Amino acid sequence: MTLHLINKTPSESSALSSSLSAVSEGDALLLIENGVYAAMPGYAELFTRLPGSVQCYLLENDVQARGLKDLNQEFRHIDYDEFVELSCRYSKVVSWF
Amino acid sequence: MIFSIVITGAPYSSQASASALQFSRSALKLGHSIHRVFFYADGVHSGSALAAPPQDETNIPAEWAELAREHELDLVVCIAAAVRRGVLDENEARRYEKKGHNLSPNFNLSGLGQLVEAGILSDRVVTFGA
Repeated sequence: MTLHLINKTPSESSALSSSLSAVSEGDALLLIENGVYAAMPGYAELFTRLPGSVQCYLLENDVQARGLKDLNQEFRHIDYDEFVELSCRYSKVVSWF
Repeated sequence: MIFSIVITGAPYSSQASASALQFSRSALKLGHSIHRVFFYADGVHSGSALAAPPQDETNIPAEWAELAREHELDLVVCIAAAVRRGVLDENEARRYEKKGHNLSPNFNLSGLGQLVEAGILSDRVVTFGA
């Protein structure tokens, strides 16, 4: 099981769309840095075809830094300690950028 | 758990180095170890001892140096990526006949073999891309 890290907005790179085609059952998705913009409601459609077992996370520090509100509720907000814990829980961490 | 960290973004142009710093601090605080931090491509600029950002901004190279001193971290800067970007240690400055050198004393220049070795010896490799 893999933790996919995405640090770009859907409009600045194909990182997110590439990652979404590689995500498998039981994987997790973590949006960091500019990647957190993908949790804005306008992008919600991108995530509707993910397998139900895929957990989605947002790095709260980066959400706060960008002043984002009313984000996609499928995403759980985590801090750096939980980011480290997720990296331990999943056997690989794959970065898309 | 043993982590290694890879950084490919330059400080101040990408968030990579700042994110990696925070991740590394959390990992160390939670009792994990960091086998190596590998600075690759534009990431090599985190190894410059000459960065002088305004005082009210984070000095990312200095923060890495401090974390390295505190936790005896192995901070490795890719030598091929570094010399072409003007990040040199004393040896390389001599080899290329340059007047000065700027690699921070807490960092070492070395080759990609160090990244491969980090991948073999670490439980997790986390990359912070440009």
